[in-house]
Amino acid sequence: MSLDAPLRSCRDTPVLKERGQREVFCGLTGIVWLHRKMQDAFFLVVGSRTCAHLLQAAAGVMIFAEPRFGTAILEEKDLAGLADANAELDREVARLLSRRPDIRQLFLVGSCPSEVIKLDLARAAERLNAAHAPHVRVLNFSGSGIETTFTEGEDACLEAMVPALPGTTTPGLMVVGALPDVVEDQMLALLSAIGVPNVTCLPARRSQDLPAVGPETRVALVQPFLGATHAALVKRGAKAIPAPFPFGAEGTTLWLHAVAAAFGIPLDRVEAVIAAPRARAERALSTVSETLRGKRIFFFPDSQLEIPLARFLARECGMVPVEVGTPYLHRELMAPELDLLPEGPTLSEGQDVERQLDRVRAARPDLTVCGLGLANPLEAEGLATKWAIELVFTPVHFYEQAADLAGLFARPLRRRALLGEAAE
Amino acid sequence: MKLTLWTYEGPPHVGAMRIATAMKGLHYVLHAPQGDTYADLLFTMIERRNHRPPVTYTTFQARDLGADTANLFKDAARDAFARFQPQAMIVGASCTAELIQDDPGGLAEALALPIPVIPLDLPSYSRKENFGADETFFQIVKALARPVARTDAMTCNLLGPTALGFRHRDDVTELTRLLAAMGIAVNVCAPLDATPADIARLGAAHFNVLMYPETAETAARHLEKALGQPFTKTVPIGTGATRDFLDEVATITGLPVPPETGLRQPWYAASVDSTYLTGKRVFIFGDGTHAIAAARIAAREIGFDVVGLGCYNREQARPVRAAAKAHGVEALITDDYLEVEAEIARLQPELILGTQMERHIAKRLGIPCAVISAPVHVQDFPARYSPQMGFEGANVIFDTWVHPLVMGLEEHLLTMFREDFEFHDAAGPSHHGGKAQLRAGAPVDAAEASGGDISAKMKGEATDGAEVIWLAEAERELKKIPFFVRGKARRNTEKFAADKGVTAISIDTLYEAKAHYAR
Repeated sequence: MSLDAPLRSCRDTPVLKERGQREVFCGLTGIVWLHRKMQDAFFLVVGSRTCAHLLQAAAGVMIFAEPRFGTAILEEKDLAGLADANAELDREVARLLSRRPDIRQLFLVGSCPSEVIKLDLARAAERLNAAHAPHVRVLNFSGSGIETTFTEGEDACLEAMVPALPGTTTPGLMVVGALPDVVEDQMLALLSAIGVPNVTCLPARRSQDLPAVGPETRVALVQPFLGATHAALVKRGAKAIPAPFPFGAEGTTLWLHAVAAAFGIPLDRVEAVIAAPRARAERALSTVSETLRGKRIFFFPDSQLEIPLARFLARECGMVPVEVGTPYLHRELMAPELDLLPEGPTLSEGQDVERQLDRVRAARPDLTVCGLGLANPLEAEGLATKWAIELVFTPVHFYEQAADLAGLFARPLRRRALLGEAAE
Repeated sequence: MKLTLWTYEGPPHVGAMRIATAMKGLHYVLHAPQGDTYADLLFTMIERRNHRPPVTYTTFQARDLGADTANLFKDAARDAFARFQPQAMIVGASCTAELIQDDPGGLAEALALPIPVIPLDLPSYSRKENFGADETFFQIVKALARPVARTDAMTCNLLGPTALGFRHRDDVTELTRLLAAMGIAVNVCAPLDATPADIARLGAAHFNVLMYPETAETAARHLEKALGQPFTKTVPIGTGATRDFLDEVATITGLPVPPETGLRQPWYAASVDSTYLTGKRVFIFGDGTHAIAAARIAAREIGFDVVGLGCYNREQARPVRAAAKAHGVEALITDDYLEVEAEIARLQPELILGTQMERHIAKRLGIPCAVISAPVHVQDFPARYSPQMGFEGANVIFDTWVHPLVMGLEEHLLTMFREDFEFHDAAGPSHHGGKAQLRAGAPVDAAEASGGDISAKMKGEATDGAEVIWLAEAERELKKIPFFVRGKARRNTEKFAADKGVTAISIDTLYEAKAHYAR
């Protein structure tokens, strides 16, 4: 496949901006994967019973160990007086930390109710930091639905960590975005073989491994929804590496090319390292993509992964995107992706779910990528669906996962074909 | 402020959603921030519903807070009416919208829609899901049910089944059949599958069957007062309760109780294979209604020993306390699952009858468990007919509760051949998945690797306070006792030792305790 830009891309495609009911998760949901990534961190949501219920519903019962997240549920008396709410919060945190001595990082996570009553969690974090340092570092961010949409919760969390990162003047690469450990290890092996110096990750698996940042730090994102974290790192002097995101063989190759170029590493060295895994990924993709070729796909807005995934599916799997919805379109970070995405689909930003449902029913795509609330109702209308949330939870980045990523889209279609008669 | 890791109940507006989603022709306009739409997936995923819940969320964001959230609500309500053309609408606020005080009821009234619009006032910071369901159903009934002529034939209404209810779908079918056998037709079943127009004709029934007090007691009391309809007080879960329920219906209607058909549970319990169930120690936790019913079945219809009983919904605390007292135990009323877990660990029951939360606790502690109550999980919506109520419900319950245990004759054989190298308790119940483990050479190692994790896990907690230690030989002997009674043996022996002032448990202490507790 070609790494060249298409004849006509989506760069100048006008964007349909929608405002109405949004069928999306709030940023609190990010806690579900962030707490698995940061193994000595506890996420304490200061919110309502709804927040606790959301986390339980989103996390499912898969991780029903005593989890490293919880909700301090606001009660009527907390609403009556904020001074009392602060005292209560201090008490709950002290109790929590004494019960869980393994916790080294505590995130106070703001919610819709805590934002509306203007509970100052930044000050609370400062106060609690003073009380519990040096054993525990206390940070805060907001995962509220009024400020964050789904994956923006991870952005807010990582952004909150940036000011606490140590400084450095050593040249190096910081990779930003939570990846499953197995994928992160593959990536680190590739970068090391290519000869990229001093590679660190944000978030780190353990709190003592915080990456350092400075004027010689180059930053590469592996997730497209990290605009605020990106800006905060640039503000601390780091330099951005614009690149498509490492989804699929092509995305991975272009991402690695961009990283190597930023460190002046010759292209032939990169090519030598990636030749084998890249060929492997392309071979695996050619099998899986048979199911996908020529099929029309429609993305509801969910995680901001939609545009990179549409690019991957269009260019490497032969799918035809009909509409690519995204909760928020970050023009600067998405520019390399839009340059690659072939012209054709409607690009929509934001959501009016009823109108979008009208469009999907009119378009009748072969596959619809949507949230769990919409999936069964659309299946019942005869539309094959792919749960968007799985794209965030499953290892999908870099070469070895390229075919797995395509497989996530192929499986509903294969399943539909298998059940063809029974489902009639 | 209270730290919560997992919750038994959602917020009250989720209770309102359970009513709205159960009904047809009703729409719920909910003033709520972006993100609260997560609740849709409870219905579409857990219950596999093939329609979205009939809920329009305003999904306001931070930028709207500075502007005009009230207009956002009015637009959403107007659009929802135009698009869905409901017969009636309920309007309310989720927890965040409650704080910004936009008054959805007043705003909706100002729209002057040509349908009944019922405002809900559900205090999010003090009440929970069951309250929300009960209050919402009550408000709908209060607003729509009007006096109408009674039907000529004997009819009743079924009150309480909702979306996301524990086996509500099948309970409705079972009760409808049971009542039909008495010559009683169902006038309206509500809220499940009822329209607002159906609610308006509730008054045509001669009496009401209150299926689930959690979700419909307030409505039933209102109908009794406003329309003179008596309602049944017995919840027909279990053989005895179903018989009492039929007697109650006979008293209300003057109709004779029909002969029982299809009931197998009493004979299954009486047959000799069930001997091994005698006195098994069970811990029961759920919503008040299901927990009380389960305790009666356990003690009187299966012959278990109820060692713990509780509920998570405070609204039912009083009847649960009374039932617990009747069973000779102290009721556990809490919505903190850590407290429930601690109580289960302390009591070391042989079977847990609980919710999905207790199922996980049971898994962690290695105790068999059957689910008897909401909160629900996808597996609580089986494809097959699986009611809890009526005589078929009693049959289903017997099967469900016995299934997690080792089979009857199998347990006797395990006791007889307890040290056999192949036929040992670490092999696990033969009708469950999981590979049988070979017994390793050293008995102590084998026990660590075996299914006997009750004693392994409970060891610390059970002995810490008592300061009683187990001598190695006694510990080895304990491991020879089948896993399903090992916890009880350990607990009895330690209590016996503590009572006698013995600080080191020997083989003799173990068998003295066994003799002491023999029955």
